[in-house]
Amino acid sequence: MSNIPSDLRYTKSHEWVRSLPGETPAGAVEVGISEHAQSALGDLVFVEVPDVGRALKAGDACAVVESVKAASDVYSPVGGKVIASNAALATQPELLNQDPYGAGWLFRVQTAAPIDDGALLSAAEYAKFLADEAH
Amino acid sequence: MRLKTALYDTHVLQGAKIVDFGGWEMPLHYGSQIEEHHAVRRDAGMFDVSHMGVVDLSGDRVREFLRCLLANDVGRLKIPGKALYSCMLLPSGGVIDDLIVYFMSDSWFRMVVNAGTRDKDLAWIRRHATAFGVTLRERDDLAMLAIQGPNAREKTLPLLPSSQRASARELAPFCGAAIDSWFIARTGYTGEDGFEVMLPVADAATTWNALRAQGIQPAGLGARDTLRLEAGMNLYGNDMDENHHPLESGLGWTVAFEPGDRDFIGRQALERLRRSAGRELVGLVLEERGVLRSHQKVVMAGTTGNAAAGHAATADRDVLVDGTAAADGSRSAEGAAPAGEVTSGTFSPTLNRSIALARVPKTAASRVQVEIRGKLHAASIVKPPFVRHGKALISI
Repeated sequence: MSNIPSDLRYTKSHEWVRSLPGETPAGAVEVGISEHAQSALGDLVFVEVPDVGRALKAGDACAVVESVKAASDVYSPVGGKVIASNAALATQPELLNQDPYGAGWLFRVQTAAPIDDGALLSAAEYAKFLADEAH
Repeated sequence: MRLKTALYDTHVLQGAKIVDFGGWEMPLHYGSQIEEHHAVRRDAGMFDVSHMGVVDLSGDRVREFLRCLLANDVGRLKIPGKALYSCMLLPSGGVIDDLIVYFMSDSWFRMVVNAGTRDKDLAWIRRHATAFGVTLRERDDLAMLAIQGPNAREKTLPLLPSSQRASARELAPFCGAAIDSWFIARTGYTGEDGFEVMLPVADAATTWNALRAQGIQPAGLGARDTLRLEAGMNLYGNDMDENHHPLESGLGWTVAFEPGDRDFIGRQALERLRRSAGRELVGLVLEERGVLRSHQKVVMAGTTGNAAAGHAATADRDVLVDGTAAADGSRSAEGAAPAGEVTSGTFSPTLNRSIALARVPKTAASRVQVEIRGKLHAASIVKPPFVRHGKALISI
């Protein structure tokens, strides 16, 4: 069974969202891809993250993760402005395989408005989604 | 229903991620595709390739038949066990399949064809075999393992009965030997030394596990693809197919035009195509980060549209149209400059760069640009192979 931290929220396209405390005004989040997603992709060899300052709408394809076998788009789970992206992935894409919820984070977004929680899944909901998808 | 090899349960037990490949449920990797790749380049790895079709052809006129059926000339095979790589062509010159044929005896040749093309191959071969009195026997009773890497042979030999060991050890490259119910050949699809072994399916699992106990790393189709591409070897369906002939697929070396009186299927078309400028298959190395993938567009830097003129004459239906004359998709959106296409692309674990094979208009240029997600990226043209026997053959 895949590791799904309970303090994160998830999307059906396998991104995770972490609320960053202390950011203002509406809050900021960190975004990555789930353990399940990195495992399904296999060894990652190239990651393209969005430029800092880029404005995103929820659902925008804004990053690319490529494994030896396939390229996959990453969609921003939230709208807002990119305030940071993980430069280490340029030279160490394998961080995404090794630590998808930590050193393998992709980008951070300053959200323009409070996050629409209804659009995101809890850990339990994401676990159920993965289980349903497997059958 | 999808097909399974005799080793399917073994793969699942050993942690394989299974994917569909040409209708077969095959291992993609057993954990890390890149580690499996490095194991083959540096030590030894093994692949279950039992999905490939093994066909025995028999008859007094079998050599004569194959000299007509195949673009390469089995007349070159004099020593029993010797292998030949060849394309099997349509009259248009398009490639039905690429295959290996082994000369077993004057009345027996063994052929290994791709899994995804097996049914159409057999139908085609049967259609032409009747006139020569040649009979086909599909060897579904055999499994096939490829054991590859600098230490592959040394690690495999101790597992063979002592009666077989000496003849297996002495095999020259691209030669095989039938030993009891096994057939062992010094061939492969990785650019490394090694064996391909055909053996009764009943022996497959115990042999696989014994090889594993020798420290040979199980490897999946993922590593098989990165290894073959580094080795500059074509993949049927990507780098050539029924719409592309060998001369524009990097396979001119496999077409035996001599002797000139050997009338193999596809010869007339190729005689015409070889006189036209056309396209060629080249190697590409991406100069920047990113990954080349099949079907990406290759923009020929510094060329003009004039190069494309003058080859539009051969629209004969029985002959493949010369590439530069093909209107659909062979021009870049910018207008005049002719474009090419990546046929196979991947990340090379050995070079730590992205590499590809690409079909491009014949050019003297040394650099091109490849369109990846709407942006152009510089790539160098190189002559494959990229890697052989563990060594990079191109400078980066």
